[in-house]
Amino acid sequence: MSNVAEQVKKIVVEHLGVEADKVVESASFIDDLGADSLDTVELVMAFEEAFGVEIPDDAAETIQSVGDAVKFIESKQG
Amino acid sequence: MFNLEGKSALVTGATGGIGEAIARALHAQGATVTLSGTREAKLEALASDLGDRVHIKAANLSDRESVDALVPAAEEMMGGLDILVNNAGITRDNIFMRMKDEEWDQVLEVNLSATFRICRAAIKGMMKRRQGRIIGITSVVGVTGNAGQVNYSAAKAGMIGMSKSLAQEVASRKITVNTIAPGFISTAMTDELNEKQRESILGNVPAGRLGTADEIAGAAVYLASDEAAYVTGQTLHVNGGMAMI
Repeated sequence: MSNVAEQVKKIVVEHLGVEADKVVESASFIDDLGADSLDTVELVMAFEEAFGVEIPDDAAETIQSVGDAVKFIESKQG
Repeated sequence: MFNLEGKSALVTGATGGIGEAIARALHAQGATVTLSGTREAKLEALASDLGDRVHIKAANLSDRESVDALVPAAEEMMGGLDILVNNAGITRDNIFMRMKDEEWDQVLEVNLSATFRICRAAIKGMMKRRQGRIIGITSVVGVTGNAGQVNYSAAKAGMIGMSKSLAQEVASRKITVNTIAPGFISTAMTDELNEKQRESILGNVPAGRLGTADEIAGAAVYLASDEAAYVTGQTLHVNGGMAMI
């Protein structure tokens, strides 16, 4: 797992209070991890802060899963 | 009780009678306050009167760029924003049949749309900090209606609806959103009423007098305080009994 993926996972575990083994790349924040729409906004804010990237609203709406987040952040950092 | 030391507050329309009283009251309870309004000289005069823990940021709420710059400026000057008081408002009274598009648009823009944009800018930081108080100064006419004020009463009713919806969205993040609905308050605006107008207004106020700006400020201090943490989505009517809702 990449550094980004590790860190994303850590943020999701902390923020949603879920078991780390449930936070797999395919896990949907809302459907699998019990997040509500406000949680997803807060996760995006947490990612922005942790990785120093800006995630515009239209991109934020496409980030539905752990894998989506990792992919987006890696594309911004790459 | 009602100690606001260490809290940061932004008050729009701080040069008006009610806004000034709210700013003074929050400051007196220990808050750091950013005063906003259109009249810069008046903002400066109030700031120098209050002394320390005061910042000013002039803003014209009919200008969207100016609106969007307000919260970031206040957050930067104060290091955060805990208490937002959306007090600024304008009237463009006219009977419905003569109401012009501009009169409708201006009142909705300043009183409702600017409030929405300012709240949207403030909510992000409040979510992160897991605390926040948003207080909107609406009006009794937003609930009762008032002949000659279709625009103003629509905007003020809009503030109440918006506050209730926002309150539901952010309650789990320890942010409260409430409104205060003043009745007839003695300010420069009501000083212009003639004796006959005044008498007819007071005939509908069981308390038999106009309210004072300080009586609105007291309500704002309460809603801003930690003691009001369980009060959200409410409208606090401060009107001498003229409408009991």
